[in-house]
Amino acid sequence: MSSIEANGKTYETDEEGYLADLNTWDKDVAVVMAKIDDCELTENHWEVINFLREYYEEYQIAPAVRVLTKAIGKKLGKDKGNSKYLYELFPYGPAKQACKYAGLPKPTGCV
Amino acid sequence: MPETKKLMYINRKAPYGTIYAWESLEVVLIGAAFEQDVSVAFMDDGVYQLTKGQDTTGIGMKNFSPTYTALGDYEVNKIYVDKESLEERGLTLDDLQHLVWEDEDEDYAEKDSIRLVSRAELSEVLADQDVLFNF
Repeated sequence: MSSIEANGKTYETDEEGYLADLNTWDKDVAVVMAKIDDCELTENHWEVINFLREYYEEYQIAPAVRVLTKAIGKKLGKDKGNSKYLYELFPYGPAKQACKYAGLPKPTGCV
Repeated sequence: MPETKKLMYINRKAPYGTIYAWESLEVVLIGAAFEQDVSVAFMDDGVYQLTKGQDTTGIGMKNFSPTYTALGDYEVNKIYVDKESLEERGLTLDDLQHLVWEDEDEDYAEKDSIRLVSRAELSEVLADQDVLFNF
């Protein structure tokens, strides 16, 4: 088991850096996780992260990237519901990277 | 582009107690990415997987029943439920979650995903598949 420190708190993660328990998530750990990847979280990032948390809350899964893209397009507009936009925000893969910052497990079907 | 195959996932077991139901659901969601012609069938105790109001707090397992409502997002919208299996268990369609998908071509109109079929009708659908996965 690995862990991440943020604001004096310790968060347990798996070996790939995903939170072990999604209930331990808060914004501080998201910011630190992003920093490790050299990524500074903007409003646009938070929009996707918050969307993913809501999606998980409702469906109990992290969506596949295709499903995420479509759902973002519907909720936030077509200019954001495309892979170019999402990959610019999350270059390591929108589902994989954004789910990590959102404290969710790796998307189902993601290797 | 390889030819599209008709894949059907058959669910026959109650949702908890064994891992079959959850594993099946995960495989369906993963398989949905391969753009095949996917359908899912629920029969025997498998019909309990779709029931409303599941509460797993007493058994310490994750309640994954909300995940079935995501199937529409994954374009899995042919969900066959065996009518006799429901009746044998004193259930009706009203006891099941309302599963829908959104038709992008019709301005995201919500359409029902569940098709209630008799055992004989289901046999015909099964016979028409290229690949069957039993869970």
